[in-house]
Amino acid sequence: MTTFTTIFLDDMKTFIRLHSINQPHFPVLSCMLLLLTFFIAGSASATPEIQHWTTKNGARVLFVSAPELPMLDVRIAFDAGSARDEDKPGLASLTNHLLSFGAGGLNADLIAERFDSIGAQFGSGSARDMAWVTLRTLSDPSLQMIAVNTFAKIISAPAFPEKDFERERKRMLTGLEQQKQSPGNIASKAYYRALYGSHPYASPSEGTEEGLKSITVSDLKKFYERYYVAENATVAIVGNLDREAAEKLSGQLAGHLSAGESAPKLPDVKALDAGRRIHIPHPSTQTHVYIGQPGISRKDPDYFTLYVGNHALGGSGLVSRLSEEIREKRGLSYSVYSYFSPMGQAGPFTMGMQTRNEKTDEGIKVLQDILRTYIRDGMTSEELENSKKNITGGFALRVDSNKKIIEYLAMIGFYELPLDYLDKFIPRINAVKLEDIHKAFRDRINSERMITVTVGGESKGDKGDGSGNKLDK
Amino acid sequence: MGKTVIGKVLPLSFSRHPHMKQFLLLGTGLLALAVGTVQAQVHEFMLDNGLKLIVKEDHRAPVMVSQIWYKVGSSYEYNGITGGSHVLEHMMFKGTGNYPAGEFSRIISANGGRENAFTSRDYTAYFQSMEKSRLEVSFKLESDRMQGLLLSEEEFKKEVQVVMEERRLRTEDKPQSLTYERFNATAFMTSPYRNPVIGWMDDLENLKVSDLKDWYQRWYAPNNATVVVAGDVDPKHVLELAKKYFGPLKSAKVTPPKPQVESEVPGRREIVVKAPAKLPYLIMGYRVPVLPMAENKWEPYALEVLAGVLDGGRSSRFSSRLVRGSGIATSAGAGYGAHSRLASQFLLDGVPGQGEDIESLKQALLQQIRELQEKPVTKSELDRVKAQVVAGDVYQRDSVFYQAMQIGTMETIGLGWQILDEYVDQISAVTADQVQEVAKKYLVDDRLTIARLDPQPMDQVKLRKPSKPRAGVTGGRH
Repeated sequence: MTTFTTIFLDDMKTFIRLHSINQPHFPVLSCMLLLLTFFIAGSASATPEIQHWTTKNGARVLFVSAPELPMLDVRIAFDAGSARDEDKPGLASLTNHLLSFGAGGLNADLIAERFDSIGAQFGSGSARDMAWVTLRTLSDPSLQMIAVNTFAKIISAPAFPEKDFERERKRMLTGLEQQKQSPGNIASKAYYRALYGSHPYASPSEGTEEGLKSITVSDLKKFYERYYVAENATVAIVGNLDREAAEKLSGQLAGHLSAGESAPKLPDVKALDAGRRIHIPHPSTQTHVYIGQPGISRKDPDYFTLYVGNHALGGSGLVSRLSEEIREKRGLSYSVYSYFSPMGQAGPFTMGMQTRNEKTDEGIKVLQDILRTYIRDGMTSEELENSKKNITGGFALRVDSNKKIIEYLAMIGFYELPLDYLDKFIPRINAVKLEDIHKAFRDRINSERMITVTVGGESKGDKGDGSGNKLDK
Repeated sequence: MGKTVIGKVLPLSFSRHPHMKQFLLLGTGLLALAVGTVQAQVHEFMLDNGLKLIVKEDHRAPVMVSQIWYKVGSSYEYNGITGGSHVLEHMMFKGTGNYPAGEFSRIISANGGRENAFTSRDYTAYFQSMEKSRLEVSFKLESDRMQGLLLSEEEFKKEVQVVMEERRLRTEDKPQSLTYERFNATAFMTSPYRNPVIGWMDDLENLKVSDLKDWYQRWYAPNNATVVVAGDVDPKHVLELAKKYFGPLKSAKVTPPKPQVESEVPGRREIVVKAPAKLPYLIMGYRVPVLPMAENKWEPYALEVLAGVLDGGRSSRFSSRLVRGSGIATSAGAGYGAHSRLASQFLLDGVPGQGEDIESLKQALLQQIRELQEKPVTKSELDRVKAQVVAGDVYQRDSVFYQAMQIGTMETIGLGWQILDEYVDQISAVTADQVQEVAKKYLVDDRLTIARLDPQPMDQVKLRKPSKPRAGVTGGRH
């Protein structure tokens, strides 16, 4: 959720994509619901009251009471994303996926029946930083009890049955095959590889063919035992219950996890030492373009400055500079954007678009020119004012449902952000100054050291070098 | 389904910019079943000029969504102008006499709003989500563009290029979407549902701004629109604002579309689609009724329950038998929605498991259908589907946008929002015998269309020529 690194299959059945927090735009794939996220003016009263405690075995809990609807949402996030895969890409994803295929004496069918028969919804997913499990159920006590018991078994006593493991691995391998049909997926993977080199963020969170094939059930069990532990968990709860009931619930949910240890800090991300252009031929009518470099971490002191700064560049949908120049003036692309993806360590700063093959070079040039101008001259005071109005004026929309609130809780807990994060958001946005933005872009973004990935049919004048990789710098 | 496992996607609605979920995901019976009770506190008004206003109060958060729904979409189009409704939707942001191109979006943005628009077979809709005090901004702008659109030639030339890029992104370069598009063109012969919402590329290339002017004149009028406002609002105040801004608009003569009923000639249809791809893919669909024209009103509800039995959650038959059980499918889905304007399809789709082929997947899906015809579904299966509907009815109240969306859809396809209140009861009343009966009556070979994707090698670039826009249409801007 808060890492923007998962490559979502275009044609995926289950999107566990949540609108991102502080992420005004989502690049990924066109069919995702990428809610522009907005902030609202001066309505502190609209901010949910977050309560916080730690379970006996060490799990962080964040809770918001929402008695308006007779339902309960739970989201548990573990520092168990693919950044922990080590030499087996796909290990985190496969472990997370297999949790619900047998646990606490129940097989996959029984688990599914328990949830479905009471209309409860179970979900799971993983990205680079984070792996998560979610539950939505009616809060009627007898139904909630069944849902919570089943959920607790899944996270605290998964069986990882051999047969399910073999089948699900095959399905994930088939999923990787399907990704090869999608120029956007291919481009995104190549982009991360080029950005991150030997850093754990380089490899795709859904794994690689080689990685998946090397994994055994015993790897899953070891991974689970190491990372699915209370000290490595954030429990978020939103729903129709009070503090006392929520404390009890957090014990039921996380109480059976081993205490364990939190995951070690990931290595720092190295800045690129040179720009590079990579082209991968694909039989598509469009070329997908990603341009960028490592950006900022979730706790970066420049976070708010760059967030506001990016808004007018390519973070505000159709009113951004990128959209104005690429789409509105030139009709080059349906979707064009820029964004920072703050992660545990420096996540990417990315600009992207897709255009008919013959317009690729023109599109890239326009993106580069806009970025250079932006870094050189900064944003205008009018742009800053409009960006602030948009971000603060739409704040209420960010926290107007239980679903959105629980995503914030998990993000705040996972990245250990202050509990007043939401309360302080508007003042922080309003405190950003024009010269801070200009300086932060100049200091942090180097337009001459960008990775440019293109995937698509060849455009005129772009012959490639025969290897599929082309360097232009 | 796990996150990295494949499923499929059926594009049924297209939106102006990519921040919007545009896809109906087949394979979630739950989605089809997500319609639910709108609950109390719905207020309906009619202005003198024929504009309908529906207000749904929801005071959980200080926000509101304002949507305007027009009764026009791709199923209103005729040959040669397919995709016109959707291009017009894009052009609605390209300037009026009062607000130049782009101004609409800039004003909404400066008000902290989130806005978009979407076009489907049966409707074109525009929305703004904002903090509750900003409703007036929305009405002011939305009423202005209902009849004041400029539709300049220059803006059109650029925007139609954007739409062609959208088509490449969504359809041309996605083998499964391409297969689905061709499936529809085969399954529907006389119904306008045969045409893609985004339009055929050749029609987009030949579309003229004059086509859009005609289309705009024909459908954009207060008496062909429904305004839905949901959220933390006072219905009386909303009505006052609606009178102020939409009231002065003149109603127009709107001629409803011809019936264009799908012809009922029996016989199976099969097609093959060849495209560069890695995996084969299968879509099967049966011609079925939907609520507006169903002879027996319970039948569409029974079909929804049937879809839930096959594919409503991980304990459903497809999941437990075909994916986890035999492994014959990597993914398999069933989808049906009772709420559309014209007769529709009950869809099945899937990707074969490793080592399996399309033919064995097809046989496995057909076997599941036969079983529904031969044996009633079990009580626990029925109970499960009903429990999911009851729960879904609560969950959907977590989103004001979704609540407004349901009201707008029901109004625009002619059923009226009140039908939402019946939903849980109607589903709960469905019996195992009724499920068996609709399986026997409708899920039969004579009503079946099958499309399969035959993957072609991907390593030859230039297998397909990029669709080149024609000079006369593109103009010379770049």
